[in-house]
Amino acid sequence: MQVFDLATAPLRDLNQALHHVKNGSNETAWEVLNPKGSHAVAVGLDQPIIVDVRGSVGYYCGGMNARGTITVHGSAGPGVGENMMSGAIIVKGDASQYAGATGNGGLLVIEGNASSRCGISMKGINIVVHGNIGHMSAFMAQSGNLVVLGDAGDALGDSIYEARLFVRGKVKSLGADCIAKEMRPQHIEILRDLLEHAGVSGVKPEEFTRYGSARTLYNFNIDNADAY
Amino acid sequence: MCGIVALFLKDKSLEPQLGSLLSDMLISLTDRGPDSAGIAVYGSGTENRSKITIQSPSPTKDFSGLAAELAGKIGAKAKMVVKSTHAVIDVPAAKLNEARNAITELRADTRVMGVGDVVEIYKEVGLPKTVVERFDLTKMSGTHGIGHTRMATESAVTTMGAHPFSTGPDQCLVHNGSLSNHNNVRRELVREGIRFETENDTEVAAAYISSKIARGLNLGEALEHSLEDLDGFFTFVVGTKSGFGVVRDPIACKPAIMAKTDQYVAFGTEYRALANLPGIEQAKVWEPEPSTVYFWEH
Repeated sequence: MQVFDLATAPLRDLNQALHHVKNGSNETAWEVLNPKGSHAVAVGLDQPIIVDVRGSVGYYCGGMNARGTITVHGSAGPGVGENMMSGAIIVKGDASQYAGATGNGGLLVIEGNASSRCGISMKGINIVVHGNIGHMSAFMAQSGNLVVLGDAGDALGDSIYEARLFVRGKVKSLGADCIAKEMRPQHIEILRDLLEHAGVSGVKPEEFTRYGSARTLYNFNIDNADAY
Repeated sequence: MCGIVALFLKDKSLEPQLGSLLSDMLISLTDRGPDSAGIAVYGSGTENRSKITIQSPSPTKDFSGLAAELAGKIGAKAKMVVKSTHAVIDVPAAKLNEARNAITELRADTRVMGVGDVVEIYKEVGLPKTVVERFDLTKMSGTHGIGHTRMATESAVTTMGAHPFSTGPDQCLVHNGSLSNHNNVRRELVREGIRFETENDTEVAAAYISSKIARGLNLGEALEHSLEDLDGFFTFVVGTKSGFGVVRDPIACKPAIMAKTDQYVAFGTEYRALANLPGIEQAKVWEPEPSTVYFWEH
């Protein structure tokens, strides 16, 4: 286990060391101490290594992650897992705004609540939130799955494309062009698989409502011309 | 950008450390705004006495002999403590307005930073660390305080453009964000007779709140109205004699985080500002909701 204490070593050294891990290296387990809200902890991983962060982090933790598994034993600031490509990020506490923004792949699990704009412009990432999510979540979400065990705030899925949103609790309001949809057997299967991967037990896929695009904004409607 | 910190102490034993805790919180957010910094400290007052915090671009000239001249003019004792470019003048509460006018008459170049029974406001251009050292803020004690470090977007980097802005006796406001309708609101407030020192958007927000309070609203109600009348991005933190309040605009882009323990309630633009507070690991930590006015009072 490689241990890195941010109270004594600069963040840049940590990220450089993580980037220098070679393909096939035995240095697969890393522990980061005293993050104290530092920005950009463990960004840009590109090897299948495991990073445990002991404490709360600031902006952009695990951004651009590819293949790495990062666990934050605390809460995460804005933009955790932003533009993640693959791998996994698990936040044991809460996440601030735009968690998983523009994520292309991988799994982001937030065991507490996520704030506003969770999954904004997501492009294939899977996000599982054990608690609630804030307003404007999944804004312009393109693909991937957002699973929320609690409630969703205002304007969920505004201007959504083809991402799937599964919410177990209440939705305060839906955004433009976002509607509730039928849970077909394939959606139950996708959800069952995601819940299992995210370590959720005792929750049935049937308890969720699926939301997605009504696809009325895909083409320009001449009747709306006055609005521009 | 910009960084805001606030600390409200519930545990009296921490009061001597207020200045040092708040200073550390502010310095931790230096990279959110290195242009200028300011702090408002709510300390202990003396019965029937009020404080006026003034600033001068030429303190040696302006502050020399001012206390004696002021005392002569208002016919009452005036005590002055000078800290760098600022001075805190202690006058009888009944003579507060008279003293305030007299100071401007006696020293035309001085500017009033704030007035009240307990508040002292210090702000200057420079890094938080420089400002903290300049005014010896770590040694200040108090019940609560607010700090701000500024990255200017809307107007010039000047002392008067730094935060906190006074909104009335023992009241001040700091802002993270930018208002988009401040010119319109300023024009309306000018028509009401309010005078402005700067082109700054936050000064408009402060004047707006003062104007609402002058019309009989309480601070909470004034903040509720600000959600309707002020357009743009904002996280406001306001200080009052008895506590502090927080409000975020409905979009809530500007980050904000709070922590609560048995000893204190703390606010920071980022968690970094809270990370070294005593007992933070056991604190309840959360983000204030958009369009919601929060208040903590002693």
